[in-house]
Amino acid sequence: MSKPLRIFLQGLFILASGLTSGGCVRQQPRADVVIVNGADPESLDPAIITALEDYRVVPALFEGLTRIDPKTAVPIPGLAENWEVREEGTEYVFQLRPGLRWSTGEPLTADDVVFSWLRLLDPLTAADYAAQLFCVKNGEAFSTNGITDASKVGIHALDRNRVRVQLNHPVPYFLDLCASPTMAVVPRKVIETHGDRWLQVRPLPSSGSHTLEVWRLNDKLRLRKNPLYWDAANTVNSTVEFLPVGSPSTALNLYERGVVDIIWDKDLVPSELLDDLKSRPDFHAFPYIGTYFVRFNTTHPPFNDPRVRQALALAVNKRRIVERIIRGGEPVAHQLVPTGVAKHQAPDGLIPDPDAGRKLLAEAGFPQGKGFPVFQYLFDSAAGGGAKVHAKIAVELQEMWRRELGIRMELRQLEKKVYLAAQNGLDYDLSRSSWLGDYNDPNTFLDLFLSNNGNNRTGWKNARYDGLIHRANLERDDLQRSELLREAESLLVRQEAVVIPLYFYLGFQFYDGNRIEGIHGNILGMSAVRTIRNKAMEKGRDR
Amino acid sequence: MYLVRRLMGMLPVMLGISFLAFMLVRLAPGGPFDHERRPASPEIERRIREKYHLDEPLLTQYGRYLSGLIRGDLGPSLKYRNHSVSDIVIQGLPVSMTLGLCAFVFALGVGLPSGFYSAAKQGGFGDYASSLIALSGVCVPAFVVGPLLVMEFAVRKKMFPVALFESPMHLVLPTVTLGLYFSGRVSRLLREGMIAVRNAEFVMAARAKGLSDISVLFRHVFRIGVLPVVSYSGPMLADLLTGSFVVENLFQIPGIGVFMVNSSLSRDYTMIVGLVLVYAVLLLVLNLLVDVAYRWLDPRVSYE
Repeated sequence: MSKPLRIFLQGLFILASGLTSGGCVRQQPRADVVIVNGADPESLDPAIITALEDYRVVPALFEGLTRIDPKTAVPIPGLAENWEVREEGTEYVFQLRPGLRWSTGEPLTADDVVFSWLRLLDPLTAADYAAQLFCVKNGEAFSTNGITDASKVGIHALDRNRVRVQLNHPVPYFLDLCASPTMAVVPRKVIETHGDRWLQVRPLPSSGSHTLEVWRLNDKLRLRKNPLYWDAANTVNSTVEFLPVGSPSTALNLYERGVVDIIWDKDLVPSELLDDLKSRPDFHAFPYIGTYFVRFNTTHPPFNDPRVRQALALAVNKRRIVERIIRGGEPVAHQLVPTGVAKHQAPDGLIPDPDAGRKLLAEAGFPQGKGFPVFQYLFDSAAGGGAKVHAKIAVELQEMWRRELGIRMELRQLEKKVYLAAQNGLDYDLSRSSWLGDYNDPNTFLDLFLSNNGNNRTGWKNARYDGLIHRANLERDDLQRSELLREAESLLVRQEAVVIPLYFYLGFQFYDGNRIEGIHGNILGMSAVRTIRNKAMEKGRDR
Repeated sequence: MYLVRRLMGMLPVMLGISFLAFMLVRLAPGGPFDHERRPASPEIERRIREKYHLDEPLLTQYGRYLSGLIRGDLGPSLKYRNHSVSDIVIQGLPVSMTLGLCAFVFALGVGLPSGFYSAAKQGGFGDYASSLIALSGVCVPAFVVGPLLVMEFAVRKKMFPVALFESPMHLVLPTVTLGLYFSGRVSRLLREGMIAVRNAEFVMAARAKGLSDISVLFRHVFRIGVLPVVSYSGPMLADLLTGSFVVENLFQIPGIGVFMVNSSLSRDYTMIVGLVLVYAVLLLVLNLLVDVAYRWLDPRVSYE
């Protein structure tokens, strides 16, 4: 290296050192476990989170009355030690664990639970997920301003350690809802003092296994073990860091260099390398509560005719899409509710059969596709690997329908927010769609297509479907209930073919099983942070 | 006097920019609270819009925004609802500025000597070689240069970290990736600038006085030839200091460059306007500094 070049580089280095040590960078010792979590959490406030990335972090900070068993995804006791179900399933009395405390030392009582749940419903909180508590007596009326007196809502503290919840009707998945991060218990005093900025307070009182140490947007999120958590004896790490990494190749490089221990999303590794990565021992896949499907706008011809919708569904070679485009080993889907969801009986879907499709299309008045109008397929150009997949699937569908049915489809790609607006306004013919379930029950998928659900977005209204879902959710016998749900789902994906399910999602985690343990792939994709242990770090410390 | 006049002149410009930015972002379809899943009740949607005053007429909203702005409040982020735009700018801007300043020094440190060399050896092999390198720097985009540098120096040779922002070593690859394009531009501008004045009368006069070639180039040709680079430095520095989406995304640098792009995609209205204003202030101030520097470098320039 020539002398001037060396001097120049040294100068640059000194400048950089000065600038970085001048407050921009604070180096901390490596956390026990470092996880690439995808995009930055938009919020850590249980009442307003909606994104997957937020959902993966929040349960470690704030716990609910129940929590999810990381192995099985069924609700198990959390802050509540036990509960009593009364009045034919319309009343729950939760008994909190004795001596519960916030991470800052104050006692955690039944009043905190009542405050947290009422806050979720409070119109001033403007919580997207307030509807999770609409099943509570007067919950909906309180949330939508019908009544303003909070004491009329069916959530009450009976004493310091007991909470009584009155429901409008039995809710078979109510304990699952209680485990949802949305319904976690949050610190009243801090929220009332600091408003929307309450998460900036340090030390932040937490009710979960960890406390929030650092949260810098686009930089890192660092959690530290909460020694006052009721189950602290079973928290196996002392610090955990979540990195928001936007570029899949960067995520993989960081992982390969040992800077991070876990990547827990398929979209976070380069899709071009998926075939290679899949065969490695540190690639872990598990069934996940998500479905990729195509929506029909059923409000105008020719798609208001179920035969046309069925014809299109029958002509799709789903296996080809999964094997050629998705390539992660995802199972093809003929139903909307993914395999493995609790209390689910899958109906027969429409198994691909192009001949039957052509026959149906002819019956609907379009033999060999003649006279069929040119239609559009709407999809979004999201950032990241997902967008490429949407485009490839669109092209594949275009070709399948042209070849099998002789009909012509145009592609219409829109930026994400414009796409959402078009879908909401029914300004489309067919649209790419997907759905991730909120809780481990078929209802989290099937209630989407109720006539009055804001997420229906197909224009499809069916009184029989609504009736079946309604009856199912009043049914207390699990077997009877799943039978009713099966009938409803069959109506949705077979007789009416409002959607064409393409494949079920898989969850993906990259980690070296020799170094990391206690990470679980459950159907909700929510591994408990408290159980993840880095054996390699512990060995290093012991030495 | 001149400075005061210029600074006063910035106020209406900023006002205009804030108004345009505020109104233009609202023209894009979709809004900050349109998600894949909608709240189950339209009442909740209405409440959210009301909470952030999105239900008011646009002009009222703008008035509200301005009154906040005067108090130094850029408003809450509509995507990161627990953060204010000021929080995010205060946290990210110093990081982007650190990287930008390093890249600026790199761009000048590499671009000026290479441009000078090219001009001195005009038409020779050295000129062509140096110009070719400078042009490649300009033509090859950061999203190609960055991954190549990472592949070679971080993944294969393990000389530098692959990403993150934790030590000066973490800054090396992003600095080069970000600065390369600008160093190419600087090199080309200096070369053209110097060649243009090489045969000017005052240069002839200097030569006639018997000054050596090298001292004519340094003391006379360079001083005027560098003016295009000085003009370019204002916008260049503003660009560099406000971060780059590609570089910050690739190296996972916690600056504001990523927000510049993502806030538009997520329709985070307050964040977009806030970042536009930060960029505008930097651009205006730096351009003012450029004009002052002009005066100092070129005695022929007068602002009175």
